Amino acid sequence: MEKKKRAGGFRLQVNGWGFVIPSIVLFLWLTLWPMIHAFIMSLQKGKGMVTEFAGLENYIRLFGDPVFISSTKNTILYFVIQVPIMLVLALVISSMLNNPKLRFRGFFRTAIFVPCVTSLVAYSLLFKSMFAVDGVVNKALAALHLIQEPIPWLLDTFWAKVVIIMAITWRWTGYNMIFYLSSLQNIDEGIYEAARIDGANAWQNFRYITIPLLKPVILLTAIMSTTGTLQLFDEVVNITSGGPGGSTTTISQYIYNLSFKYAPDFGYAATVSYAIFIMVAVLSLIQMKVSGDKND
Amino acid sequence: MTKTDTIYTGKGKRRISYAFQYLFLTVISLISIFPFLWMIIGATNRSMDITLGKLSVGNQFLVNLENLLNAGDLLTCIKNSAVLSLIMTLLSMLVCSMAGYGFVIFKSKVKEFFFSVILLSMMIPTSSIVIPMFKMFSKMHLLNTKLGVVLPAISTAFLIFFFRQNTKNFPVETIQSARIDGLGELGIFFKIYMPMMKSSYAAAAIITFMSSWNNYMWPLISLQTKEQRTLPLMISSLGTAYTPDYGMIMVGIIITTVPSALIFFLMQKSFVDSMMGSVK
Repeated sequence: MEKKKRAGGFRLQVNGWGFVIPSIVLFLWLTLWPMIHAFIMSLQKGKGMVTEFAGLENYIRLFGDPVFISSTKNTILYFVIQVPIMLVLALVISSMLNNPKLRFRGFFRTAIFVPCVTSLVAYSLLFKSMFAVDGVVNKALAALHLIQEPIPWLLDTFWAKVVIIMAITWRWTGYNMIFYLSSLQNIDEGIYEAARIDGANAWQNFRYITIPLLKPVILLTAIMSTTGTLQLFDEVVNITSGGPGGSTTTISQYIYNLSFKYAPDFGYAATVSYAIFIMVAVLSLIQMKVSGDKND
Repeated sequence: MTKTDTIYTGKGKRRISYAFQYLFLTVISLISIFPFLWMIIGATNRSMDITLGKLSVGNQFLVNLENLLNAGDLLTCIKNSAVLSLIMTLLSMLVCSMAGYGFVIFKSKVKEFFFSVILLSMMIPTSSIVIPMFKMFSKMHLLNTKLGVVLPAISTAFLIFFFRQNTKNFPVETIQSARIDGLGELGIFFKIYMPMMKSSYAAAAIITFMSSWNNYMWPLISLQTKEQRTLPLMISSLGTAYTPDYGMIMVGIIITTVPSALIFFLMQKSFVDSMMGSVK
């Protein structure tokens, strides 16, 4: 009996591994190993496939590389401005849509989520065409008397960044909304009922009930948006091609340019890859730390 | 202030708050929908009219479609995109749901460790690993092959996490009684777990299909021949041309958007149910 039981337990463990092994192997092979390989490559220099050991030379080069510095600045700017705007917007919308008394909830939810069905390339090109100098956005703004002169959206270093930020926000707000909505469904209505009896207003409900209870999801979406924004690529390539004058270039795009547009410098591209990885890791850890501290 | 007064102002305030909420949500919804109208209108107009912001339906749709067909290998691109997305979705759902299931049902310390490592890898940006992968795949002759595009997309941290969360609510008693009935572990997974988790699979299918249908960076790097191009690669190259022909690009955008929109609307119910009900 005893023996049989143990054998059963062993069989379970073996089978258990059978379920997880394929994903673990793929992960080790196609995520972890490339990450280690990228580090080895970052210590090498040379064009194409002919390389030699370079030590930390590539890392030193980073700090004197104006394109790297400006694309890092651009990337951080997108992240600092876009992620908070989008997450707050998604939170506000989802807490409105969570109210069972609100009508047309289904319509609003679908309408706001629907940008997520577009491919990144497709919607980027849509935005590119809408923000032409004589384009529909400028016409609409002029009709509303918000502007006198057409804004040179994609030709101006400032406005081009604004377009990129608006585009990403358009595409991803509904996506984050769905995450919040699904967690809001699990909050017991009774809590809000009790708060209402205690005289709490909508803002207090939002601030002291919704936000704390959603903290795990907010953290998840914050990390996903951070990684997403820091590796921004499709939008910038297709809306502005990084222009005008490199003013919207992101780090991911620079990595691509270094490896596949200019004479391929894989070692240096791998170094830039590490820079972006470290940024993502540090920011995610900070976010975890911040949300963890508030828990105490 | 009397009691009725308080109630009255309370109601008035609430009414204003509702009016504001409806206005706000309507504006956001309009902004969300407008680009779709723009895409449809654009597909019927000449490129020039599109950049001039023409908002009425034109009669150039067939011309645009013809231009798009002549611009390149549209049908090949559609076929490539469809085949790739289908394979990716099926493989990815199978591998990730098995992993999510295994991490919960056969919990152990070592597995928990692997799971946290995989979860942490969500932080690894694709652009950080494309260079070594490009080198590795070129050595293995996987560049310009469908397998080379599919492989890196099969095991995704997000999907494993998603299935792990959903499995947590799966009734363990069902598994135990199935074991007593003599069903093997794989049998339990395929015959009991899979049918019972239909709505989770539907949600996962939507997410995975959309991300593979729209996949851009890795195909751009790994597919360098025209015969292997996918739809996003094709419209991107049309869109970043020196003088893009927006009329035909809009038709291309519609063709790219319709499948994922269709899947979303067909499966919306199970999608929302699964995202929402993943807890109850």
